[in-house]
Amino acid sequence: MRIPELTLPAPVASLLGWLPSTPPCWALVSTLNQLKKRAILPVDMSLLAGRRFEVHVLDAGLRLGFCADEDSFHTASGSEEPDLRLSATLADFARMMLREEDPDTLFFNRKLIIEGDTELGLIVKNLLDSVDWSSTPLQRFMAA
Amino acid sequence: MPATRPLPELVCPAGSLPALKAAVDNGADTVYLGLKNDTNARNFAGLNFDDRTAREGIRYAHQRDRKVLLAINTYAQGGDISRWHRAIDEGADLGVDAIILADIGLMEYARRRHPEQRLHMSVQSSATNYEAINLAQELFDIRRAVLPRVLTLDQVKQVIDHTKVEIEVFGFGSLCVMVEGRCLLSSYATGESPNSHGVCSPAKFVRWEHGTQALGARLNGILIDEYQQGEAAGYPTLCKGRFEVEGDTYYALEEPTSLNVMSMLPQIIDIGVAAIKVEGRQRSPAYVAQVTRTLREALDAAGREAQRFSVKPAWTQALSKVAEGQQQTLGAYNRPWK
Ligand code: SF4
Repeated sequence: MRIPELTLPAPVASLLGWLPSTPPCWALVSTLNQLKKRAILPVDMSLLAGRRFEVHVLDAGLRLGFCADEDSFHTASGSEEPDLRLSATLADFARMMLREEDPDTLFFNRKLIIEGDTELGLIVKNLLDSVDWSSTPLQRFMAA
Repeated sequence: MPATRPLPELVCPAGSLPALKAAVDNGADTVYLGLKNDTNARNFAGLNFDDRTAREGIRYAHQRDRKVLLAINTYAQGGDISRWHRAIDEGADLGVDAIILADIGLMEYARRRHPEQRLHMSVQSSATNYEAINLAQELFDIRRAVLPRVLTLDQVKQVIDHTKVEIEVFGFGSLCVMVEGRCLLSSYATGESPNSHGVCSPAKFVRWEHGTQALGARLNGILIDEYQQGEAAGYPTLCKGRFEVEGDTYYALEEPTSLNVMSMLPQIIDIGVAAIKVEGRQRSPAYVAQVTRTLREALDAAGREAQRFSVKPAWTQALSKVAEGQQQTLGAYNRPWK
């Protein structure tokens, strides 16, 4: 499966941006917790505990804020600056997750923006890289 | 010219289990990895293998007849060297096909404690001549040496012609300028360097500054580079920064280019190189898959076609996409130095 080079059309984006970001954020957080619970996400929570994260989907105008404690991820609201913010388009996030595209390459090409604590960014990147999707039903979607 | 030389082994990096699998699935003969601590030169948060993932990775590779090398390529630091000794014991216990060492004290330990364990000499040992390599063989029975990226192809041949130790050279990846293992730039800026802490320009010292005009990269406060809108960014390594020297701002030390030896593969095979190494344990499984697949194809073609070999544009394209700096060079290999 190749993800086409696309950006969400502006009307879709403004619609998405207008909707509350709580449902997608909740979905993200519960997915993370599920993956963690099933040991698919080999995460050392002590590295993430007490930190705030934001995933900014640029073309959707969507900001998903969450935080971590010693045992799980939670949605985070409020306007506090996150410790780490990752911004990219929806298609680029999808490419990165499906390993079609290397996050470093996206970063070199300025398609992935990393703000905040660089080491935390590296921890998150390495964490996503270390997920072994071959042990999950999602394997058939993966490029590598 | 000998008629058929065996193809060099393709040695690929693995910073995680998925990267290891990607390397194996895409045609690596050998993968190399490190443990989760400062005994290896890519000691990045969240990267590398613990006992469980190492065992699973080794099983995965061995089932498919591939080899696994363990890099313990930092220098044991004063005070307490037990971590390095334990890493060597662990490598022997895991059943890796070879341990890559830089520190001669550790070579001695490994040889004494694990007489059967195959040992390789790391690029961080900085052995650029056959006398150094032959001495390591005599003393510690080193079976392979990885050459620093500072030799011309003629010089590599010169080494190979005078030693029984297998010679491994770098084939692709980010460049670390000149005389590996002796660079003090990162220490100068942060107090931590590849040899001492297993990392150049540690992430905890890196700050990205998102200005309205440019993206600034700072290492422990030192401005390493500024990227204008649309300009490709790079890792904030000191040697690849743009600095102001006598009124001019430019890459005063090294350009952020990647090494790529594809066009030289027939000569590399010809002079009897035993293995070609890909840099990048810090990179993702996607990178490992793309680079391994491309080099596998190119290496097989070079073996088949010998002097008729030519680099396919698709290979160059695939590699330049993932390369740092998006510019590629033959590095020292084709310098006219004698
Ligand atoms: S600063 Fe450059 S030359 Fe020095 S260790 Fe780092 S990458 Fe290598």
